[in-house]
Amino acid sequence: MSMPNDPAPRLEREILAMRVAKEFQDGDVVNLGIGIPTLCSDFVPPGVQLLYHSESGVLNCGPLAGEGNGDVDLINAGGQFLEPVPGMAFFDSAEAFAMIRGGHIDVTVLGSLQVSATGDMANWFLPSRGVGNVGGAMDLAVGAKRVIAAMEHNDRTGASKIVQECTYPLTSQGCMSLIVTDIAVFKVDERGLELIEMAPGWIPENISEVTDAKFEVANDVKEFELL
Amino acid sequence: MAIDKTVTTFEEAVSDIPNGASIMIGGFGGQGGMPHRLMVALVAQGAGELTIIGNTAGIAAPTGFGWPEGETPIDHAILIENGQIAKVIASFPVSGSVSRPNAFELAFQRGEIELEVVPQGTLAERIRAGGAGIPAFYTPTAAGTDLGEGKETRVFDGRENVLELSMRADFALVRAHKADKVGNLIYSGTSRSFNMPMATAADVTIAEVDEIVEPGGIDAERVDTPSIYIDRIVARNSNA
Repeated sequence: MSMPNDPAPRLEREILAMRVAKEFQDGDVVNLGIGIPTLCSDFVPPGVQLLYHSESGVLNCGPLAGEGNGDVDLINAGGQFLEPVPGMAFFDSAEAFAMIRGGHIDVTVLGSLQVSATGDMANWFLPSRGVGNVGGAMDLAVGAKRVIAAMEHNDRTGASKIVQECTYPLTSQGCMSLIVTDIAVFKVDERGLELIEMAPGWIPENISEVTDAKFEVANDVKEFELL
Repeated sequence: MAIDKTVTTFEEAVSDIPNGASIMIGGFGGQGGMPHRLMVALVAQGAGELTIIGNTAGIAAPTGFGWPEGETPIDHAILIENGQIAKVIASFPVSGSVSRPNAFELAFQRGEIELEVVPQGTLAERIRAGGAGIPAFYTPTAAGTDLGEGKETRVFDGRENVLELSMRADFALVRAHKADKVGNLIYSGTSRSFNMPMATAADVTIAEVDEIVEPGGIDAERVDTPSIYIDRIVARNSNA
């Protein structure tokens, strides 16, 4: 969502996904949430081989199946049909989450409603709806070695999704290590947020104007690095 | 006499489910792994005031989640629309789309159905533990959140954990690919999901399968759910 005082366009979802994909290391076991996170698999850098995990019960799963080629017994956690690929493994939900909580997932990328200055995440319950889907988000947030939020910077009403403190019910406390939005990238640790990258045409003051949370600006803050 | 857990019809398979029963319903949320025919039979049977335990509360109709295009979704929603459900225990109870609510959300907003939301991994593990005779376990999932509120906590290795109780049900309706008459099951792909843990955690487990074969028709080296957990099997090709 763009805002009236934006100094430059906000980045497309694909660009955001491309930036997140740069975080993946060769050999990582990766679990991608529904929405923008799913797009990350289209932008994995050359030479980086990932092992995808889905809590629907499949490891080393392939790309989305082509139109009309769906096998109802081969879905991802978003209910999308997948291509069968050699080297897959299937398992039940208890084992899928043993893998998650057991620390076997290197990186998870999740969408979020809010992320706080201390890395708390709120992504499962919108108070205005009064009911929500927690799904596997709480387990992924506590179990994955690295949690990355991929989301728009501001919601449909213009409210900052990066907040000093979450006002929506939490998914997990202090779980986040990186936030990638359509205008900025923040590193998150116990000291708080650090702005490390910005969309082209943006300066820290612009980011600050549309961000509720306080943040530090890295000495070497730069434009979004996509390559 | 040789063991044969085959039940001829879906109607017979669910005939003794009483009002007020708790029922685990297998699957992840899409068509794969969902015991449709058993649910259709349960609608006809009419038992009410049921508690259903599942990953979802029937989310396929609004968004087509895990459903082939052009096919009408049949899931938990048919039980909800028929007014048979008093309580839902699920991790993903409502439609992924706010603007396209499922039958559960509409009934929930009308105050007709009670809801307990459980994180997906905790739900799976509570059920696994229920089948394995483990009364409770600690998990870091949900610590410090609304879903962990009111639960006993304990710190291990500097991290807060919540105590979660195991879960069992009166009945489990599961869906597998193939059964032998003894009741050994094999599944297909991602249809294992909640079917495998649920099969272990109910007083009566009823398996809907594509095909029932003679003992030996399933390789003992490849059995997913051993027959000890299964009480009734019913084949989708066995009756109209």
